[in-house]
Amino acid sequence: MTNLSVEAIAQIEQPLPGAPDNWKRFFSFSADHKVIGIQYLVTAFFFFLIGGLLAMVMRGELITPESDLVDRAVYNAMFTMHGTIMLFLWTFPALLGLSNYLVPLMIGAKDMAFPKLNAVAFWMVPVFGFILMASFFVPGGPSQSGWWAYPPVSLQNPTGNLITGQTLWLVAVAISGVASIMGAVNFVTTIARMRAPGMHWFRMPVFVWTVLAAQIIQLIGLPALTAGAVMLLLDITAGTSFFDPAKGGDPVLFQHFFWFYSHPAVYVIILPIFGVFSEIFPVYARKPLFGYKVVAISSLVITGLSTVVWVHHMFASGTPGWMRMLFMATTMLISVPTGIKVFAWVATIWGGKLRLNTPMLFALGGLTMFVFAGVTGIMLAAVPFDIHVNNTYFVVGHFHYVIYGATVMGMYAAIYHWFPKMTGRMYSEGLGKLHFALTFIGTNLNFFPMHPLGLMGMPRRVASYDPEFAFWNVIASLGGFLLGMSTLPFLLNIIGSWVQGEQAPKNPWRAIGLEWLISSPPSAENFEELPIVIAEPYGYGKSEPLVSNPDALEVAHESR
Amino acid sequence: MNPAEIDQSLNTLGAPSQPLAHEAAHGHDDAGNRMFGFIVFLLSESVIFFSFFVGYIVYKTSALEWLPAGVTGLEIREPAINTVVLVSSSFVIYVAERFLHDKNIWGFRGFWLLTAAMGSYFLYGQAVEWRGLSFGLTDGVFGGTFYLLTGFHGLHVLTGVLLQLIMLGRSFLPGNYDKGEFGVAATSLFWHFVDVIWIILFVLIYVWQ
Repeated sequence: MTNLSVEAIAQIEQPLPGAPDNWKRFFSFSADHKVIGIQYLVTAFFFFLIGGLLAMVMRGELITPESDLVDRAVYNAMFTMHGTIMLFLWTFPALLGLSNYLVPLMIGAKDMAFPKLNAVAFWMVPVFGFILMASFFVPGGPSQSGWWAYPPVSLQNPTGNLITGQTLWLVAVAISGVASIMGAVNFVTTIARMRAPGMHWFRMPVFVWTVLAAQIIQLIGLPALTAGAVMLLLDITAGTSFFDPAKGGDPVLFQHFFWFYSHPAVYVIILPIFGVFSEIFPVYARKPLFGYKVVAISSLVITGLSTVVWVHHMFASGTPGWMRMLFMATTMLISVPTGIKVFAWVATIWGGKLRLNTPMLFALGGLTMFVFAGVTGIMLAAVPFDIHVNNTYFVVGHFHYVIYGATVMGMYAAIYHWFPKMTGRMYSEGLGKLHFALTFIGTNLNFFPMHPLGLMGMPRRVASYDPEFAFWNVIASLGGFLLGMSTLPFLLNIIGSWVQGEQAPKNPWRAIGLEWLISSPPSAENFEELPIVIAEPYGYGKSEPLVSNPDALEVAHESR
Repeated sequence: MNPAEIDQSLNTLGAPSQPLAHEAAHGHDDAGNRMFGFIVFLLSESVIFFSFFVGYIVYKTSALEWLPAGVTGLEIREPAINTVVLVSSSFVIYVAERFLHDKNIWGFRGFWLLTAAMGSYFLYGQAVEWRGLSFGLTDGVFGGTFYLLTGFHGLHVLTGVLLQLIMLGRSFLPGNYDKGEFGVAATSLFWHFVDVIWIILFVLIYVWQ
């Protein structure tokens, strides 16, 4: 159809399929990266609540020294599922959602390089989520071997069934791996080849750099985990003996395969959060990002170093001395590019005209938590200290400061910051600040006590403990319940504001970036005409235009 | 009226003649994106093989008893013939690609079919070898790694042959190469990849005994 009929003009006023105000597309096999981004975020948040519920039950169990709330086997299954859900069904998909939504907008593309592949990768998330949840209902219950599934524990199969919690766990992780590889291929291709005219590498926002760095890690690391998972699955189902020491296998080799991916996976999680910090601080401090090029390159340096640090998880696994020394050095080395970023953010905020609204509060809170986690991380990298606290609550406290303190807070910061862009509505600032206060206090109450507990020698993954550990555990449990409560103002805010929030303008934060030059929410095509980028990002206080064609980016009738 | 048509009419409403020019540029980019993405995927895929190889080396160098009882080693003659067939098929597929490039469609089909036949012969030879072996998948780490490596590689050969047959079938569709030769180029690249992996595998398993 080439000419415009009366019928078509009449329909322009109606919500079009694929148009920003049609909610049904969120339940369809849409190939629009913005729809997929929100699908990822909402699905992931649903699993975040399930994983959080499991954590509540665990903290309920640990509020008393005796094992009195749930059966020990159930407790084992709970911490396994908590870790697995939080990583594979919350942090990864949530960050993918954010990256999906933002990367094409930030580089000035109409969509991802492979839109259909993108949709397929997303729809695998509910599939493997379902498979993982199904393990609650098979005989013997879910896997009890922890999220790292070390053999020989994961090789045990007391019920003798083929379909056990452990096999379902492996299948779910394998599907997650396939989906992540699809996503990574898509992101790397999109960033390398779909940038708008004038968007040179060193004009890309740091968020795009960090997504690139994170997705390269997926491409290098995930196949190694897949290799280990295939061998473990064969051990369980086909009777091979790769990891069974009784039959000549080598269980430590699995640890190598596992951590070669699963330590870098931490950088897959934290790198996009570094990107979020780098986007948010300049906006609310009204200053350019300090040392943009160094911050951008240090992401790739982290990617490189992340492939040579994994053995620090195995200092207590009979690792030879030279290997311990080598990996202690590399682990400490990785704090250099990370530290550079921290200093760059502090320098960005320094002397800025700060606006402390919800995203900025979450970003500042997340940065603080990250610095704390970084300090305990350096402590853990030191072999003598690590041997002492290995497998204690000190480790649990450390990584929860990274994954809850820095990552979840960074996620919240990002959701609030881009909420007006995604939905076209403003959120409630009051509820947002309440949410921040509850989260910040809850995080520290919950996870700080784990450090003294670990130093006192309380082992992780136990349902009962010596009464001398009771004091800190009670505080941690109260903090845990507070964290559970903290999601309520968030849900109320997001759902309420989406339904009846105030209409958001194009650029409510006076931020500089391609995504802020188009309407909120953007049209299905993003850009009517591709932007021609003529300046570096973060030009705060410089009053130079970012693109040469700001008025041609959208057709007139769609601007709000 | 379907959504695509409405989108089309919206486009023409906003910027007349713009979409057409853009569409053409977009189509060209698509082929390049697909090849780029495919290469990225193959690089990632090679890490799985690399991991298996490293695992094999670790097992072989650290095992107390490497070969299962009653097994003295692997016969190398038939696998060597297989290797020659697979490696030379990489050159045959290149010739096929050149023919397609020069618009000699029947030359392409002939050499392309020859490649698929050589790949099938390799699979047949692999099956014959497996049948004649005195150890199985569960016979120690040696049996496990042997069947894992050869089987995982064999799956890739099978995938390659299937892709070749699909591309052969598609060559009969009218206008199949109007949008470029991505399918053929990607299948050919995949075949070279499978070939290189086999050379490493052959050296590790058969030569280094």
